[in-house]
Amino acid sequence: MVDDTNTTPPAHAIDFSSIREKAPRMSLENEKITMETKNIDLYYGGKQALKGINMQIPHNRVSAFIGPSGCGKSTLLRCFNRMNDLVDNVRIDGQIMLDGVDIYAKGTNLTDLRRNVGMVFQKPNPFPKTIFENVAYGLRLKGIKRRSILNEAVEWSLKQAALWDEVKDRLDDMATGLSGGQQQRLVIARAIAIEPEVLLLDEPASALDPISTLKIEELIYELKKDYTIIIVTHNMQQAARVSDYTAFMYMGELIEFGDTDTIFTNPNNKMTEDYITGRYG
Amino acid sequence: MLDKDRLTHHISKQFNSELEDIRNRVLTMGGLVEHQVGEAMAALSSADQEKAEIVIRDDFKVNALEVEIDEECNRVLARRQPTASDLRLIVAVIKTITDLERIGDEAEKIARMTLKDVKLDKKHNFQIRHFGEYVQKMVHDALDAFARMDVPQAVATAKADADADNQYDSLMRELITYMMEDPRSISQILNLLWAARALERIGDHARNICEYVIYLVEGKDVRHITLEQIEQAVMQD
Repeated sequence: MVDDTNTTPPAHAIDFSSIREKAPRMSLENEKITMETKNIDLYYGGKQALKGINMQIPHNRVSAFIGPSGCGKSTLLRCFNRMNDLVDNVRIDGQIMLDGVDIYAKGTNLTDLRRNVGMVFQKPNPFPKTIFENVAYGLRLKGIKRRSILNEAVEWSLKQAALWDEVKDRLDDMATGLSGGQQQRLVIARAIAIEPEVLLLDEPASALDPISTLKIEELIYELKKDYTIIIVTHNMQQAARVSDYTAFMYMGELIEFGDTDTIFTNPNNKMTEDYITGRYG
Repeated sequence: MLDKDRLTHHISKQFNSELEDIRNRVLTMGGLVEHQVGEAMAALSSADQEKAEIVIRDDFKVNALEVEIDEECNRVLARRQPTASDLRLIVAVIKTITDLERIGDEAEKIARMTLKDVKLDKKHNFQIRHFGEYVQKMVHDALDAFARMDVPQAVATAKADADADNQYDSLMRELITYMMEDPRSISQILNLLWAARALERIGDHARNICEYVIYLVEGKDVRHITLEQIEQAVMQD
């Protein structure tokens, strides 16, 4: 190769117009923050499951939590809509802010919170009702009865969940008759029908075949235009494919949280590197 | 067999656009390199030092594109875990841009010869220009084969490299005779010989690119085998 150290001209002499600007790396500093945890400690009885978690969840981005089993990633996810409150013997210290308001403050309306922060679980859990009624369920709870409004909302939600074309002719069939991948998209449609701000996904594709998995991933990519998404996954490659930001957790601690490009090409922390390269032991 | 229209049929639209973007940038880089070779040869044959300076300066752009495309490929490898034809595309791109960058370096070398005040007589000027055009066409055809994923064209262009080597050999023999006859011309003719050598190398790089195209489309590694073997390998299906 030619040594061009002597020939590099001053910057103003170079015509960069033909070279496309490099896309800037994502950085948390430039993001609007939707949720923020402040020093979260969580104990199941005497056992501490989360240790001093401080993190910021950026607005309309996909943040993924990865880490070995038992590292606390699902526990942390459940803190974001206070699902852990349902567990006996659990104690949580610290604050979690949603748009600047502490969701653990006294007087928080849990129904409103969970409407704002929707959740989808590992196994698709459609209600034993028709496809239509599954999606309309949350709206009916809100007291909406007008059929025309329900029709419109159900269609909109199913379209957003990329399921409309597959089910539009059989909305009155039982939801349990759908395939696993369709059921999971139905559950996502049900979650977004009530227009939450944040979507929590707990292993949303781990019970699905590879093609359904890719469809869910593509859906997640589409949904981030309108929602802030947090996803927990055992599948590191899935985190690499779908997320903008990745958090690596280990033994209840947040080891590293950064933009996914950096985490998967050149992580800052050696533990992260060992985990994502399969050297963890 | 890979068909170029199938390249972007993934469920993930984002993945499609990433692959498409990489491919387009390789073609942009190829176009720039082709232009550099053309300008370097124009500068040499008309002893245009200003033009040569521009070629030397612009090699920077080629290098910048190589770094950029490399980085994008790394990102895709880390985040998408491409398989089969997608994997072959990324591997072929990483190799192709290395050869393109080297072609850029060779163009820069030719431009540097111009700065050394090479005065070509008419005959030599004609010969080197002819050789330059031949090699330039090889680069063009190799990139074309890449753009269209066209195996027959890749094979034809790879074959053309043998002819480029012959042209270089005969030019060299002739120039040696000149130097023996007129030792005062040695330094001039050596410069010309270096330029011819750079062209010959460009032909080799173009052939390499053709081999990557065959690998990309057919999944067959045809490096380090004879042209007949390449043809056989391609004809097998």
